[in-house]
Amino acid sequence: MSGGKLKKEDKNVILKKVWAFLGRYRLLLVLSIAFSGITAFLTLYIPVLFGNMIDDAAGKGKVDFKGIASYSVQILIFIIVTALMTWIMNAINNRLAYRTVRDIRSRAIRQIVKLPLSYLDSHSTGDIVSRVIADADQFSDGLLLGLTQLFSGLMTIIFTLVFMLMKSIPITLIIVVMTPVTFVIARFIATRSYKKFWDQSIIRGEQTSLVNEMISGEDVVRAFGYEKISSDRFREINLRLQDCSEKALFFSSLTNPSTRAVNSVIYAFVALIGAFMILGGHLTVGGLTVLLTYANQYMKPFNDISSVITELQNALACAGRIFEIIETPAETETGRLEPAETKGVVAIKDVAFSYDKSSKLIEDFNLDVKSGMRVAIVGPTGCGKTTFINLLMRFYDVDRGSISIDGVNLKEMTRHALRRKFGMVLQDTWLMHSTVRENIAFGKPDATDEEIIAAAKEAKSYSFIKKMPEGLDTIIEEDDLSQGEKQLLCITRVMLIHPDILILDEATSSIDTRTEMLIQSAFDKLMKGHTSFIVAHRLKTIINADVIVVMKDGRIIETGNHEELMKKGGFYYDLYNAQFDGIQR
Amino acid sequence: MLLRYLKPYRKESILAPLFKLLEALMDLIVPVAVAAIIDKGIAKGNKPVIFTNFAIMIILAAAGLAFSITAQWFAARASVGFSTGLRQDLYDHIMRLSLKEIDKHGRDTLITRMTSDVNTLQNGVNMALRLLLRSPFIVAGSMILSFLIDAKTAMIFAFVVPLLAVTIFLIMRYTIPLYRKVQSRLDVLLGRTRENLTGARVIRAFSREPAEVKEFDRENDDLTRLNEFTGRLSALMNPMTFAIINIGIIVLIKTGAVRINSGAIGQGSVVAMYNYMAQMVIELVKMAGLLVTLNRGWASGDRIAEILKTDPGMTYPDKADDSVKEESGSKDAVSFSNVSLKYSETGDDAIKNITFTVKPGQTVGIIGGTGSGKSSLVNLIPRFYDATEGSVSLFGHDVRDYDKDTLNDLVAVVPQKAVLFSGSIRDNLLMGRKASDEEIMNSVRIAQAENVIMSKPGGLDAKIEQNGRNLSGGQRQRLTIARALVKKSPVLIMDDSSSALDFATDAALRRAIREKLDMTVFIVSQRTSSIMNADVIVVLDDGKMAGLGTHEELLDSCDIYREIYESQYPSDITENIKAEGGVA
Repeated sequence: MSGGKLKKEDKNVILKKVWAFLGRYRLLLVLSIAFSGITAFLTLYIPVLFGNMIDDAAGKGKVDFKGIASYSVQILIFIIVTALMTWIMNAINNRLAYRTVRDIRSRAIRQIVKLPLSYLDSHSTGDIVSRVIADADQFSDGLLLGLTQLFSGLMTIIFTLVFMLMKSIPITLIIVVMTPVTFVIARFIATRSYKKFWDQSIIRGEQTSLVNEMISGEDVVRAFGYEKISSDRFREINLRLQDCSEKALFFSSLTNPSTRAVNSVIYAFVALIGAFMILGGHLTVGGLTVLLTYANQYMKPFNDISSVITELQNALACAGRIFEIIETPAETETGRLEPAETKGVVAIKDVAFSYDKSSKLIEDFNLDVKSGMRVAIVGPTGCGKTTFINLLMRFYDVDRGSISIDGVNLKEMTRHALRRKFGMVLQDTWLMHSTVRENIAFGKPDATDEEIIAAAKEAKSYSFIKKMPEGLDTIIEEDDLSQGEKQLLCITRVMLIHPDILILDEATSSIDTRTEMLIQSAFDKLMKGHTSFIVAHRLKTIINADVIVVMKDGRIIETGNHEELMKKGGFYYDLYNAQFDGIQR
Repeated sequence: MLLRYLKPYRKESILAPLFKLLEALMDLIVPVAVAAIIDKGIAKGNKPVIFTNFAIMIILAAAGLAFSITAQWFAARASVGFSTGLRQDLYDHIMRLSLKEIDKHGRDTLITRMTSDVNTLQNGVNMALRLLLRSPFIVAGSMILSFLIDAKTAMIFAFVVPLLAVTIFLIMRYTIPLYRKVQSRLDVLLGRTRENLTGARVIRAFSREPAEVKEFDRENDDLTRLNEFTGRLSALMNPMTFAIINIGIIVLIKTGAVRINSGAIGQGSVVAMYNYMAQMVIELVKMAGLLVTLNRGWASGDRIAEILKTDPGMTYPDKADDSVKEESGSKDAVSFSNVSLKYSETGDDAIKNITFTVKPGQTVGIIGGTGSGKSSLVNLIPRFYDATEGSVSLFGHDVRDYDKDTLNDLVAVVPQKAVLFSGSIRDNLLMGRKASDEEIMNSVRIAQAENVIMSKPGGLDAKIEQNGRNLSGGQRQRLTIARALVKKSPVLIMDDSSSALDFATDAALRRAIREKLDMTVFIVSQRTSSIMNADVIVVLDDGKMAGLGTHEELLDSCDIYREIYESQYPSDITENIKAEGGVA
């Protein structure tokens, strides 16, 4: 999270955006500021009263017990008020910080579900997650710290000065003139250790990526007897890290002792000069006590404020990163129509599309699909098969041309209405971290258990669901299921909703061939009378299709059924034969 | 158990706290000097006493600085040395763990242990060396010195100190577990966010966005509520310590006044005790912060120790005797006898009762459905896992009798997942071995990877980025095959390692291996076309051997094999092709 150096204008812009969220709680904010002023005053006033109390006990036989008693009562009341107010103020600040970050997060997720897939596909998941979670968390920490310490720190400085000046002007001057020395020292150390910390973070990064690589590639390490070399590589980095960390840690830990030493010197001077002032009758012992206490504490608010400012800058940088997500333009809903019935006539006219607008991908794409047709799409990797499905589901919008279903252009329908027509099984088997039941009923949350079980039986997933510890109520953990089992659940999910149009994108790639045959018959039943699009490389699925669309480099190069394409002796014929390469030997 | 990593730094670990104590001692003397100024200097108008005590205070400051810098240096050395040693051992230990153990812990967990947990622990050790003794020392010292100044007035310390300690302890006792709970709620929210991103297509396809947002809001609210509650609780700390200390001071001054009035002590003594009281509360608050850091460090330490305690789960003979080393061509290359494997004690057998032998130079195809045990079977040959029952032999000796290096030289593996390391292509192909460029290129050609290397600027020296992300899946896979071939081992295992290759490349690869190399080859695949020319085909079904023989034999005798075959090559088509006299 480092490296967040913000320009001033950026800071102001982000502050404005934060205010849009924080402003909702402005009443709490006003209360918090008022309380922090009062508590700062009382916290500093109490030592003054203690000083007076000490003055009332000047020496043997010179003690004013009445005065002491009345001061004690005053102080006691102030103590209780201060403690109570401090607590309430902290509670308010907590609420402010946590609610603000909650609101920002909840705004962010609303944006995320509406962001175009092009954004999600081109940004790493880890990065977005870390913005919504870690950055937001750091923002709330920074905000909380800022609320608690910024204003109260300022107030503390002001009141300290006022009270000190009331006691003694020369001593106040000494303190005010000498304390900046500690800043100079702290600054000096910080710039020296910064370089070491920077080096340390680079070496650490190097080490982490080695660890990442070696542990996730442990089988390879094992298979090639690479342990020794990997250990040596690690040692080399580790020793460099040791050298660097040692210095970084040492240099940075000099700040405290050094500023403390300067503080002690100031303390000594205050004692010295105070003593002479008392002798000269310009100060009391109680007054000196107060000044000594202040001399000890005078630095603290400055340190607090300077650390709060770094923290706040960091927090603002974090907030900026979340706002980047919130401000990324969402998909706009252009469509109004919500056609209920679906015949499944799909017409694709002169479609052009590419992810990277500087290089072409799909060009002059034309296809007419009649109701109930089974369309297979084949072609080498990267030819645009999956892209075609992205366009059909409007995960992406076409650059040119049009796609329509039953004569209605996709862009004129709402996305939800469009997507409700489709059932989709992708190669990527995504399941929620939730129960089996919720995963299957994903597209139909009100499905009964009977319906779910029937779908599971059809998709051949019921046999392993039954074996799971809690059956349908088992929570799916990432590593519990094999890729094939996950795919079966994804298929079950679609079986349950009886979609009007079916899309299968390598839907059975991880399922063994025997099970696949069984599922195929279920699909056949499901697809009967419904239009379907199938991306697959297994022949059996392709051969029975009504139309085979052969794609290469984003274009349709051949269409027709299996026999026609084989007779043609073109690209499909070659693809097909490559698969049968083994047979003649 | 982890303390032994401090041993090489014993001197530093003792000196660091010691110097810290000296520094604290300096801090403790200051109020005494101030008291002297007030009682002896001011009260009696004795200027030399004032100057002497001023000088003492300056010396104390300088000495304190010197002691403290020394302490920081020793603490930094000891704690960083500690974590460096620990990190190396942990790394080496993880590298020694069997795959079974690694799977059990999870790879992500191991990475976290290696990185953030070690750092947290280092921080904890550093703070402990610096502050663990210092704060209690100052608290105790303040108390003792106050009692020395005037026991009667100092009695209040005996009430305030325990009361403060109990207050701080109680608040922390309740908040620390709460913070942990906050963290786990945050993890839930993190999981939800990630899900929304990785599952964006599915969620949108099923129009489930509103439901996801609702769930997120609920979890977000839960987190916020808990955060607020925890915050309110831990916000008690400051006001309560403030109140206790200040009430203590009232009592202190009141009793002090009585003593001053009777002439037992001077005003300066009360001021000194007042200063001690103030110093103490600063230390106690520091202490509370320290406890949080230590607690975190402790938890990290436990997690690290748990990994270090894990038995590697697999041992190798040191150096196998010579009889094991020689490999005679006449013996069977690989033989399985009654082999079963269970991944966990409670689980089902992954493979059960497998017996078969393979002659040197033969090609073995292994086929079966998902989860039928294909990978489990071949993983036993290089000892990725050990058989639970039965034995696997390699050139006449049990695989468990080979020392690690020998076994490694005998078996080359192309794993299912095409993992490459960052570094040059050459480093990746050699994996620490030595071979001439000509030898490397030979393997590369057989692996059909020549054009991968040609397409990269720099050829063999071209850089591979982390996770091989500058290569396509097929390119990575071909390089992993070449990497295995460079080893020149007599046994080659290809675990479904041509899945990302198109059929034509796959066929060319198999042809090249057959023609150019004299190896015993295991090919695991779901595609019949990949294995149908093998000398022996092992058909697995649910971990059991369902058939053993050549393609023709199995077509006749093994129902499962026939089913698999026909699902991939529908019979009408194969007949067509045969009728047309085969395809060019």
